[in-house]
Amino acid sequence: MSLLVLQDIGKEFGAIRALSHVNLTIKPGEVVGLMGDNGAGKSTLVKIIAGNFPPSHGRVLFEDREVHFTKPVDARGVGIEVVYQDLALADNLTAAANVFLGRELKRKVGPFSFLDHAAMNQRTGELFRELKSETRPDDVVRVMSGGQRQAVAIARTRLARAKLILMDEPTAAISVRQVAEVLDLIRRLRDAGIAVILISHRMPDVFSVCERVVVMRRGNKVADKPINQSSPEEVTALITGAKEAA
Amino acid sequence: MSDISQAPGAKPETTDFSNVGRTAWWRRGFFASQTAYVAAALIVIMIVMSLLSSAFLSPGNLANVAKNFSFVGIVTLGVTFVIVTGGIDLSVGSTMALAAITCAIVMQAVSGTAIDTISLVGMIVSLGAGLGVALLIGLVNGLLIARIGLSPFVTTLGMLSIVRGLAYAVTEGRGQAPTGPDVDLFYGLTDGNIAGIPVAVIYLLVLAAIMGVVLHHTAFGRHVFALGGNEKAAALTGVAVERVKVAVYILSALSAGFAGILMVGWLGSAPANLATGYELTIIAAAVIGGANLTGGVGGPAGAVIGALLIEVIRNGLVLAGINAYWQIVLVGGIIILAVLVDRMRTMRMTP
Repeated sequence: MSLLVLQDIGKEFGAIRALSHVNLTIKPGEVVGLMGDNGAGKSTLVKIIAGNFPPSHGRVLFEDREVHFTKPVDARGVGIEVVYQDLALADNLTAAANVFLGRELKRKVGPFSFLDHAAMNQRTGELFRELKSETRPDDVVRVMSGGQRQAVAIARTRLARAKLILMDEPTAAISVRQVAEVLDLIRRLRDAGIAVILISHRMPDVFSVCERVVVMRRGNKVADKPINQSSPEEVTALITGAKEAA
Repeated sequence: MSDISQAPGAKPETTDFSNVGRTAWWRRGFFASQTAYVAAALIVIMIVMSLLSSAFLSPGNLANVAKNFSFVGIVTLGVTFVIVTGGIDLSVGSTMALAAITCAIVMQAVSGTAIDTISLVGMIVSLGAGLGVALLIGLVNGLLIARIGLSPFVTTLGMLSIVRGLAYAVTEGRGQAPTGPDVDLFYGLTDGNIAGIPVAVIYLLVLAAIMGVVLHHTAFGRHVFALGGNEKAAALTGVAVERVKVAVYILSALSAGFAGILMVGWLGSAPANLATGYELTIIAAAVIGGANLTGGVGGPAGAVIGALLIEVIRNGLVLAGINAYWQIVLVGGIIILAVLVDRMRTMRMTP
């Protein structure tokens, strides 16, 4: 069974063709690196999968059923979560509030329902322990480090019991130690049967956690092969166009 | 399948936070907020004034201060909701007037008709009409801002003018007095006292308490803060951004309508120029109390303290026999001083 199948996906913005004839299959628990230079179509592809906008052509199948996403909530509904590069956190709220934003736990008191702070803090604390992150659930995000913010954003996807997690440059702005922790986390997501699409510019990250690498150039998929049959040199050549396709 | 903590090679659980410092208690939470030091400033000012003027603590003067600041305070609560989302509502002063006028006119219209023969119905209908007009104004503001995406400043500035114009047009400039068989009850509800405390103060405190619970203990309140913190993130996580925005403008307008109706009881009439210019005092009160116009910060305590500070200073200048025009100058100075102190404080605390 395939988790996600993209068939002949194309996307045009006015006269600009951002994607053409992209086919991609993701299996459950698979970690796929998505690479390409700026403007290669990575972001457009990710936004189509995440439901930010529909493709101009082609079909998207999730768990063998055709899906039509028009907004991110649609994609989240079937089990696709995104960790955005800017992490999409509200700085003025606590870690727990961010993790549970939009799906708060509530307690009924008569006709009113109130936030269940204790339960949300406890669950968030559990998620941070799973992620091995030294982050307090009741700390405000504004005072957190880059790695802690990343943990909050990832904890949010864990909460949703996602089947596919899209990570947009998760290691771009964090310390060396935190990079190792994020990569470790990706491996544990895989072991738990969760598929991950890792969008990254960092060759070492992709080669250390991904099973497969997909390279985009000028809106086309130019390579899609197991990581052990490729090399950083080949991928670099594919990204820059020194090598046409593989 | 969902438990990933037991993955092979997992390190021991991290629970000691040895690597993460925590800010000292007096540098976080309420103690580090603008609201806290404005509250401290308010207490100092009140002590100084009671020493300088024996009239300040007289029951008559205190009741006067309490009543005056309650009207502004109630609307400040509503406007604080809007400010926390990162918006602004300039139309509240006009809304106070039109709600008050509508209430008084409907009261006059139903008095003597069949509706009035049933006890209380006439008054309930008039109060409903006043608040209904306010709700409608808030709904229009909210829909224009949330659905169509107009700027809150410009939308509510236009609404300020439209609603004030309507107030003059409907009344042709004449004040409208409440009448009818329930008029005594109306005055009791709007201008009465309970155990010597003006009812307006009680309304303010009850509403502030409810607002505190709503902001900090309901999903709606959390979404209000999230909108002010990062509206895009709120939308991406599935917060109903449009609904929350429309709701805060409705709450703001309803608070204005309610305060306007209370003012009718206080004045005995609803003039078309009721609460002219109040929007600036109200926004000033919210900002002095610690609400941040860029959104994400604010609360009922700040709204009440800000409104009280402005009124205490105004009252102090009156007692000191200083020309009333200087009040306006001073209030402006305090607004800038309050945000200036906050700015210096946050600059010192940011690493």
